[in-house]
Amino acid sequence: MKPTRVENRIRALREAHGGMTQGQLADALGVTRQTINAIEQGKYSPSLEVAFQIARVFGVSLDEVFRYPDGA
Amino acid sequence: MSLDARVAVWQFITAIGTYAAYLWLLFDRAGDGPLVDTAYGDLVAWTVGGGLVVTIIGSIAIAIAGGRSGRLTDMRDKQIARLADAVGASFVTIGGMAALILAIVEVDHFWIGNVIYLAFVTSGLLSSLARIVMHRFGVPSW
Repeated sequence: MKPTRVENRIRALREAHGGMTQGQLADALGVTRQTINAIEQGKYSPSLEVAFQIARVFGVSLDEVFRYPDGA
Repeated sequence: MSLDARVAVWQFITAIGTYAAYLWLLFDRAGDGPLVDTAYGDLVAWTVGGGLVVTIIGSIAIAIAGGRSGRLTDMRDKQIARLADAVGASFVTIGGMAALILAIVEVDHFWIGNVIYLAFVTSGLLSSLARIVMHRFGVPSW
């Protein structure tokens, strides 16, 4: 069972932004690459602030990055 | 592996190593005599002190070896450390309660001291293990 039920599109958004690496995204946010990897794999729920920062890096709204599935 | 995860592994290994060294030295000193009559205070002091020094030096070496990016820690590391500390703290309480009960029933101070030491070691081991597990498998969310 995954620690969080929050789903995300970070990997797809990274690829859509010129193949941005996890390390590059981590540097932009001031977090570790391992944290980006954990968020992508659903092993860690970021704080609301970091979630907004991720959305800002990709220039999209929060619900284009994160999604809480119905019935979860 | 992040700095915090690598340091947790190092702390886990160090805790096992120092307690194993303590037991080995204790049984070696006891020889064929009764264990409760064996002086253990200096062994506790040396293994606890030595363990702290080895942990600190090892952690610094791990941080240096990781380079600039390898030294970065973030809110996830802090969150994991806080949860792991809570896991470890439970065994300090259990150890304290066990020592109190042993004191009430007037068991030899050797056993009281060793129960407290074992509780500290168990606390440290569980705390490190919890950190390793959360780094590897994820942070529980409520």
